[in-house]
Amino acid sequence: MAQDGPHSQTIAVIGGGIAGVTAALEAAETGYDVILIEKEPALGGRVTRLNRYFPKFCHPTCGLEINYQRIKKNPRLKVLTMHEVVAVEGEKGNYVIRAKKLPRYVNEKCTACGECGKVCETEIDDPYNYGLGKVKAARLPHEHAFPMRYVIDAAVKGTDDEGRISEACKYGAVDFSEEEEEVELNAGAIIWATGWRPYDASKLETYSYTHSADIINNVEMERLANHDGPTGGKVVRPSNGEPAKKVALIQCAGSRDVNHLPYCSMICCLASLKHAAYVLEQYEDAEVHMYYIDIRAHDKMQTFYERIKVDPRIKFIKSKPAEIHVGEDGRPIVKGERTIDRELYEEPYDLVVLATGMEPEAKGISASGDVVMDEDGFVLAVESEDGGQFSCGVAAGPFDVALSTTSGTAAALKAIQAVGAR
Amino acid sequence: MADNKIGIYLCEGCGIADAINMDELEQTVANEFGVVTCKRHAAFCSDEGRAVIEKDVKDGEANKVVVAACSHRVMTDRFNFEGAVTVRANLREQVAWTQPAGEEDTQMFAADNVRMGIAQARNSENPEGHENVVKSEKLLVVGGGIAGLTAALDAAKTGREVTLVEKTDQLGGWTRKWSKLIPSRPPYRGLVDNNIEDVIKAVEENDRITVLTNALVTKTSGEPGEFSVTISHGGSDTEDVFGAIVVATGWRMPDDMTPYEKYGLGKIDGVMSGVDFEEVLKNGVEKDGKKLETIAIVIPCESEQMPYTSGVADRIAIKQAIQVMDANPSAMVYVLHDNLRAHGQAEELYREAQDKGVVFMKAMVKSAEAGPTLTTDDLLLGQEVKLTGLDAVVVMTGMMPNSTNPDLPKADKGNEFLCDDVNPRVPITVNGEEAGDGDAAKAEASGDEEGAGVAPADCDPENPPLPGGPLLNLQYRQGPHIPILYNGFIDSHYICFPYETRRTGIYVCGAVRKPMTTTEAKEDAAGAVLKGVQAINLVKESRATHPRTGDLSYPNFGLDICTKCRRCTVECPFGAIDENEEGYPQLNPSRCRRCGTCMGACPVRTISFKNYSPNMITEMIEAVEQPDPFDEKPRIMVFACENDAYPALDMAGINRREINKYMRFIPVRCLGSVTLVWVSNALEKGFDGVMLMGCKSGDDYQCHFVKGSAIAKERIGKVEETLKNLMLEPERVSFEEVSIADSKRVVELLDKFGEEIEGIGLNPFKGF
Repeated sequence: MAQDGPHSQTIAVIGGGIAGVTAALEAAETGYDVILIEKEPALGGRVTRLNRYFPKFCHPTCGLEINYQRIKKNPRLKVLTMHEVVAVEGEKGNYVIRAKKLPRYVNEKCTACGECGKVCETEIDDPYNYGLGKVKAARLPHEHAFPMRYVIDAAVKGTDDEGRISEACKYGAVDFSEEEEEVELNAGAIIWATGWRPYDASKLETYSYTHSADIINNVEMERLANHDGPTGGKVVRPSNGEPAKKVALIQCAGSRDVNHLPYCSMICCLASLKHAAYVLEQYEDAEVHMYYIDIRAHDKMQTFYERIKVDPRIKFIKSKPAEIHVGEDGRPIVKGERTIDRELYEEPYDLVVLATGMEPEAKGISASGDVVMDEDGFVLAVESEDGGQFSCGVAAGPFDVALSTTSGTAAALKAIQAVGAR
Repeated sequence: MADNKIGIYLCEGCGIADAINMDELEQTVANEFGVVTCKRHAAFCSDEGRAVIEKDVKDGEANKVVVAACSHRVMTDRFNFEGAVTVRANLREQVAWTQPAGEEDTQMFAADNVRMGIAQARNSENPEGHENVVKSEKLLVVGGGIAGLTAALDAAKTGREVTLVEKTDQLGGWTRKWSKLIPSRPPYRGLVDNNIEDVIKAVEENDRITVLTNALVTKTSGEPGEFSVTISHGGSDTEDVFGAIVVATGWRMPDDMTPYEKYGLGKIDGVMSGVDFEEVLKNGVEKDGKKLETIAIVIPCESEQMPYTSGVADRIAIKQAIQVMDANPSAMVYVLHDNLRAHGQAEELYREAQDKGVVFMKAMVKSAEAGPTLTTDDLLLGQEVKLTGLDAVVVMTGMMPNSTNPDLPKADKGNEFLCDDVNPRVPITVNGEEAGDGDAAKAEASGDEEGAGVAPADCDPENPPLPGGPLLNLQYRQGPHIPILYNGFIDSHYICFPYETRRTGIYVCGAVRKPMTTTEAKEDAAGAVLKGVQAINLVKESRATHPRTGDLSYPNFGLDICTKCRRCTVECPFGAIDENEEGYPQLNPSRCRRCGTCMGACPVRTISFKNYSPNMITEMIEAVEQPDPFDEKPRIMVFACENDAYPALDMAGINRREINKYMRFIPVRCLGSVTLVWVSNALEKGFDGVMLMGCKSGDDYQCHFVKGSAIAKERIGKVEETLKNLMLEPERVSFEEVSIADSKRVVELLDKFGEEIEGIGLNPFKGF
């Protein structure tokens, strides 16, 4: 620890997904001052975009709602949205976090009345829906957004919308003079909860992800099934809106592959079983084929697997497909060899869902001192008694939600130990 | 209580003034009883708007503030005025955003919401917190395996004193048996030395940790901040006081080993369990002086495996295979599996094993013979494969959570409490008799002989109560156990809030919470310690723990009219209420989660919070104006859970979906806090229908207070009689399970119910 300078007992959490929200709340509720830093306009990260959790089929917003209620009532926890962390410097007790404060063009006077959205004509690809569908450039990020505040995309800058939007706001909340600025934040301990992004499926060249709207990845499937997604929750073919009744779920799209992600992403098998349930629930005459290497139903998930497995409309095919291409009728065709009986197959589907793995999002942030980034980009605290930086959730490894919340709670303890008793 | 000086602050922003005639609204509500001032502003959430309210409070003009603006879910910190009670009346999400502008019904909706706000304010005081005594900030850790040891060290590192209780004569638990451990750091390939002896030494040398081996917790009473614990140790009982408890009692071998006989375990020489094989590995892969060179490691296929052990066994099998190869590169190791669950970074370990020449076979064992020899069905080759000439067969057995102590006799009254009693079909009983009325339910309950005198055995027949005695022997009215979920693990919300148990101040880590490896258990311990420290810190400030963290309110029991019916004590999901010697309820405030289930249970309405009470809700119900019957405008009261149903309704508003204009909403802390009296109140007052909106019940319950909606469902099952007495149709009362994502569906449900009520016709009580 530095000999001089201010020693901070504040805990900074980088990333406002489920792991970061958990870590921040658990520390704040234990009595510590916490800053939660999120780069998006609202908290919730990846999980807020999921339709349901396995194995309970419950909605992520249910737990998030409780967490947001806890945040609203806790004066010790300060939330910063649209702050993208660039670098962390310093040592335990004296960290400096350098971040880019991104322009929101909407200040804290916003009441979420929606008038700016009404007059805005510019549309952008909806980031909440991973670009499936369009959204007004002036928008509430989504119906459960916390903080409940609008955000305006830079696309309106220089268009007529700029004037219209400014005029529509009765509360002085729109501010187009905002510019990206560098900010510095101080903390005594840091929790990395930077999460993940889906592996870029276009890198799986033989799977034609970019060639057909009906070949999607697993996070996009969550949006299709979600009531506030681009299709209102109907699992349909994105290309033409027809029902997607015959669906292929391709496991290990990127994961377990030394050319892509060497590790197993842990969640994909279970997420795909859940996707199977979405389709089976929506269409009586559904037909779901799950192509897999191993069905990895870890810890308590075995019963979940067995519950889905009994449906005669789902077939499990042990095979890693060699190729997916687009047929003459526009339907994607999955081609390969079945591992067990060595039969070749070439099967058309309405929809193909690639179970893309999780890639850590921390890559690109400059870290120093008592934290290291491994080859894959996961952040690990160095094994030392003096460290003040910790990681949790998918920043630390390929975890499911339950492991993210437990590791978030554990990271809160480590951070508290680092900044000392109060 | 000071006189009610209620200030009404009618916000005109966000489209409210466009939808509602504000002059008319002001006239309607300004003269309500207790209202001293009624002001309007273009946006009360603005600095100027806030200042108006702040000034009234500061000048003593208003001591209760009704902000008639947006939903209470937003601007929570903006509308918080020191020295005043703040109540929110929802005019934005619920009225302006869901009702057509300028219509008479919209105006009536708005007026009713403000009137309900006034009634709420009139009956609310700011809670001051129960006087709590924190007698100890020490932590008790039960279980001296790797999770318990790590928990003790972690707690000591936060400056807490710790007592570690271990039932055997030495620390280390199962981990002492392990030869090597699975790596948790890159490159995730090399096995890690088992440093359990160092961990034990660190615990023993730590001044803050008191270790008691050969010790057993025989009794636990009290509450967080002052758990009084009797520990039997060295032939005598000692009593000590702790602030919080961490349970790390780990796991045991399956009680029933017969499924593994198929592999020859316990029947054929040379067949051993994975646990016993660790000893062989420690010994240079030698057994009885013989080097074991050809080994088959069997991971039983899913349906044969212990439930919920998946993944741990698989990774240990890979680890052991690597160890054999490391000791003797020319050895032959076959790992027989169905789905190989080397999830996460264990994929790298799997790769390491393959690189070292371990043979992985997707094969089912058909039979085992002496030799040992295994006859298998190799799924990839599509044929029978016999493995002969094996030196050993290793069978990966399962892990049973030690949610009970198998060495103790089954608690006479209590094992039934273990299971999650969230099944609404099972009636709630008190001393063998059903807590409510209704003979049919009573007959159903009497099937349980052993459980007579206690709550019902509410278990899935496929998941009977676990054998053994209670871990902590809680001296709680609700039984001695920490309740488990249907899968046998101590748990309550294992995805979002994995450390929450149903006994406040008691947190669980390691393999009793979820199957996990040694490496994972170490990580897991930290979280449970955090929760323990947090509980103590919150209790010090008289605040509630999760999920209403920080809440100062607590239930008051008016014993003067209490009939000692015991419904509140039986139904409390968190075991917070005991009965005193005279049979009256006695609250342990630090165990209480403030859900109000006791309030909903009380038939004489004598349980209340300072800011949430039967009277408050009754007056809110009465505050709604019932239109003249000739106007043909029904009114339907909806009690909506504030955690899921109410947010879904708000989101309907955010999406500008039209909500049925005849509905009126009261948010409740949990559906468990809804008493049937409110339902009959509403009907007597002239409401034409009542709907209860709560969360999903059952095995995969989503109720944050575990069984609120299950209890409400059960209570509502008894409403028929009440309705009969009132000569009303049973269809007038409806129960719906909704989720927070139902912002579309709630609208449809309300419309449907509205139509049904219109079909039945108006309540004949209307106008009386």
